[in-house]
Amino acid sequence: MNIDTIAAISTPMGEGAIGIVRVSGEDAIAVADKIYKGKFPLTVLDSHTINYGHIYDPQSGETIEEVMVSVLRAPKTYTKENMIEINCHGGLVSVNRVLHLVLNQGTRLAEPGEFTKRAFLNGRIDLSQAEGVMDLIRAKTDRAMNVAMNQVEGKLSQRIQKLRQELLETVANVEVNIDYPEYDAEEMTVTILQEKGTFVQKEIERLLQTAHQGKILREGLSTVIVGRPNVGKSSLLNSLVHENKAIVTEIAGTTRDVIEEYVNVRGVPLRLLDTAGIRDTEDIVEKLGVERSRKVLNEAELVLLVLNQNEPLTDSDLELLKLTEENDSIIIVNKADLEDRIDIEYVRKLAGNRPVLATSLVRDEGVDELEEAIRDLFFEGDLDTGDMSYVSNSRHIALLHQAKQSVEEALGAVDADMPVDMIQIDITRAWELLGEVIGDSAQESLIDQLFAQFCLGK
Amino acid sequence: MSSYNGGEFDVIVIGAGHAGVEAGLASARMGANTLMLTLNLDAVAYMPCNPSVGGPAKGIVVREIDALGGEMGKNIDKTHVQMRMLNTGKGPAVRALRAQADKFAYQHEMKRTIEETDNLLLRQGMVEELIVENGEIRGVVTQTGARYSAKSVVVTTGTYLRGKVILGDLSYDSGPNNMQPSVNLSYHLQELGFEMVRFKTGTPPRVNGATIDYTQTEIQPGDDVPRAFSYETTKFITDQLPCWLTYTNETTHELINLNLSRSPMYSGMIEGTGPRYCPSIEDKVVRFNDKPRHQIFLEPEGRNTSEVYVQGLSTSLPEDVQHEILKTVPGLQNVRMMRPGYAIEYDAIVPTQLWPSLETKKISGLFTAGQINGTSGYEEAAGQGIMAGINAARKAQDREALILNRSEAYIGVLIDDLVTKGTNEPYRLLTSRAEYRLLLRHDNADLRLTEKGYEIGLISRERYDKFISKKDKIAVEIERLENSFVKVSPETNAVLEKAGSSPIKEAMNAAVLLKRPELHYDAINLLIPSENDYEEDVKEQVEIQVKYKGYISKQLDQVNRLKKMENKKLPVDLDYLSIKGLAMEARQKLSEVKPLSMAQASRVSGVNPADVSVLLVYMEQGKLKKVD
Repeated sequence: MNIDTIAAISTPMGEGAIGIVRVSGEDAIAVADKIYKGKFPLTVLDSHTINYGHIYDPQSGETIEEVMVSVLRAPKTYTKENMIEINCHGGLVSVNRVLHLVLNQGTRLAEPGEFTKRAFLNGRIDLSQAEGVMDLIRAKTDRAMNVAMNQVEGKLSQRIQKLRQELLETVANVEVNIDYPEYDAEEMTVTILQEKGTFVQKEIERLLQTAHQGKILREGLSTVIVGRPNVGKSSLLNSLVHENKAIVTEIAGTTRDVIEEYVNVRGVPLRLLDTAGIRDTEDIVEKLGVERSRKVLNEAELVLLVLNQNEPLTDSDLELLKLTEENDSIIIVNKADLEDRIDIEYVRKLAGNRPVLATSLVRDEGVDELEEAIRDLFFEGDLDTGDMSYVSNSRHIALLHQAKQSVEEALGAVDADMPVDMIQIDITRAWELLGEVIGDSAQESLIDQLFAQFCLGK
Repeated sequence: MSSYNGGEFDVIVIGAGHAGVEAGLASARMGANTLMLTLNLDAVAYMPCNPSVGGPAKGIVVREIDALGGEMGKNIDKTHVQMRMLNTGKGPAVRALRAQADKFAYQHEMKRTIEETDNLLLRQGMVEELIVENGEIRGVVTQTGARYSAKSVVVTTGTYLRGKVILGDLSYDSGPNNMQPSVNLSYHLQELGFEMVRFKTGTPPRVNGATIDYTQTEIQPGDDVPRAFSYETTKFITDQLPCWLTYTNETTHELINLNLSRSPMYSGMIEGTGPRYCPSIEDKVVRFNDKPRHQIFLEPEGRNTSEVYVQGLSTSLPEDVQHEILKTVPGLQNVRMMRPGYAIEYDAIVPTQLWPSLETKKISGLFTAGQINGTSGYEEAAGQGIMAGINAARKAQDREALILNRSEAYIGVLIDDLVTKGTNEPYRLLTSRAEYRLLLRHDNADLRLTEKGYEIGLISRERYDKFISKKDKIAVEIERLENSFVKVSPETNAVLEKAGSSPIKEAMNAAVLLKRPELHYDAINLLIPSENDYEEDVKEQVEIQVKYKGYISKQLDQVNRLKKMENKKLPVDLDYLSIKGLAMEARQKLSEVKPLSMAQASRVSGVNPADVSVLLVYMEQGKLKKVD
């Protein structure tokens, strides 16, 4: 029903000079304002104006993107609803990040064709047109549904169905305790609810991890290059950037010295963090101190640690090897063209399971192997991006996050000693949300489960 | 049969069961001249099955009936043998009151109330025909030839409508408990074009309590605290009778399995659809064969009888097998059966043929309520009965119908489910059918509905004034708590510790403090005493509304989101078949249900969001007539 606020990327998927995220619905302006920083809040700006500002993540406070935002107030808009158009710098990655932020503010990802649908629902198109469009929309939606269904038909769908069944049995048990208080069914105590809730929460987290590859593809893999001064960090960065087409370059953030670069390495978009530090060829540990380095490293999804083959290992090297133990990391022993002065066996021992590669970046040697290693680290086997449907994936991830949140609220209610029927409200919500992922959320199934599971009656 | 003129009425109610009595009383009390016809005057408000009223969801319906000015709550308050609050260990939304009835006293009390009600004539007579002219109801004709005319008619035929009792390989036409069935009216309804379904229900044997060895059973006493359904009840019954719990066992189950071939359930003799929630013992044994035992509750049928209802043993097995089954149950080894259990089949109309007012779409002025609409249960019947009675009277008085929505009352959920989705088995209310369970509480039925009861003229000015005063007190006290702070002091923390709570380190808002699960209103009131000494029900409301505010507002948000759709009204004469954008299934379903609002349309099974969108376009385009 056309009362919620929807959002989608309205420019073609792929690389372009700009990308537009469009939001429509009663709350469109308020929602966009939550992630926008500009001279004035969007909510006070005149209709049909375009405004310079920044999009930031309200949770982390991190600035995401420099944007131009169009404020379009109902009814003189495409959908006849309040609308916002966020013009981003472009590139798949940054536009997607902005979309995700918008979706996190309580908007729903638009179905295919939904902006047009709203345009006629709200009377912008006349009825004869509307009836024609309706057929089209129906076909589109059905196809979108098929795409979604095909995609979740596999492992994800099975796991979700299992999870839902688990929740359904739990809820049915709570319901039977409520509707048949004297029936000798196991009393669904808060302890059991807590166990089940925690289990489901963990499972959803694991499901979200399976979506991790998709996330990497969409948002890029945050990558840090570390190493002592003059080991070749800058050369590494340059070869990665020059070898590969940079998707996005130099998105300036609020802090001048944090610069991000995106490079596409064999289909894996790397988001190179804190490259300013690398450019200045400073040691990350020296520059930031151990604690902050650890924090930066913790946030990184990939660490490229560069050593110098031409020099024996220093304390700094050892410190870095140790600091990056917990990371997905690749150890690059550079300057392979120079005399071998490093104890490579000791490096391998400290590296543990981490790949250790020899390169000579000045001679452009070993870069292919490095790129292979990066890809292998995140994608086993062939990477088939053609199969990844961005739209449905994004919807699923959003739903899974919401479901997880509901479960967490239920667990919070357990901690707060809420009665079982209150806790159940959020458990049922989680079950419904998971149902939306696989396109099934009928209330009637609960009633059916109730009578299938328990022998009730007078 | 020669006929004669029986007189003119505003409203005629056919049947005086739980639906019929509420319909008749509501109609008469609203000033409509009302005739209540029943085929047996001794069966007014008869309980042909279990001797109890209330329980989860159902108990809340009883309170809703009371808040609207109905009789069920008051009547059971006067005639119960036991009262219990169920689900006390859970949250306030699912607490439910249940009474064991003295079923004979219940009947007598109800009959006397009816007899003493102005504008209401109770008369024995079996209606066989409805008088219909130009699609409008004009009156009824009885078996004895009396022609009564009326502006509205409410049909509440229960299990009497073409009823058939089945017991082993024996079957015969009969209403409940060997009463006369109403056969011709069913055929007449079919002739009038109503689509009918055949449902089935059943009842267990009754035994002589004097032959039960209660020492082998567990006692199930009533609550010590005096309780009542009605907000008007001031006299409480203190002398209560207990129920008793025992169990079936492997021997019982073997015996049943051995005799399955003699069960009409399995021989194919029963054609009606039975309810899943009220299975016969043979059904339970077959479907849940891994369950080693099933509960049996022994419930007294009244104070002046030894008859005991054997809850859990509903059956249509032959009488000789019933004797044997009873003897396998601990405590019942030497029991004497007084009446056998039996299954009963009856006709009902497909409820999607009704408007949410319970008026039939086919015949203006004709209303139906209770089991004829496919439900089961006294409370479900009574809830529909009062609504049908109210709307029949309002129709006769040229006033618009009263419709409760899903966020206002369980009665609203029940009727909306019936008229929007229909039912393929006897429908029972469950708390899980209500999406706004937390709003539809047992404790706030008066807050939800008294206003409406007063507006339609079923609640007295005196009761209304009391209600308004209660409402004001709740609001004032909540505001006080929300604006008061509890200061830190040794005294404060002593009170908190005594209440099993942790001490506070800095001044704390009283309402926030009350949100702690272990703290109750009285403890908070000790810390910041009110000038007023509030009644228990006021304190209860304050506590619930403060404690669960977060959850309550979550549900209110849901309600508000849907409100826009509820407010988009659809005209009843809309030709859905001609709207090209709708899917074929949606066109058919919508033509059948004729939803009154966009929200109701979206609940019709087979109607998907795209169809609703098409309707919305239609509406925005002004193609739909404006509906006020």
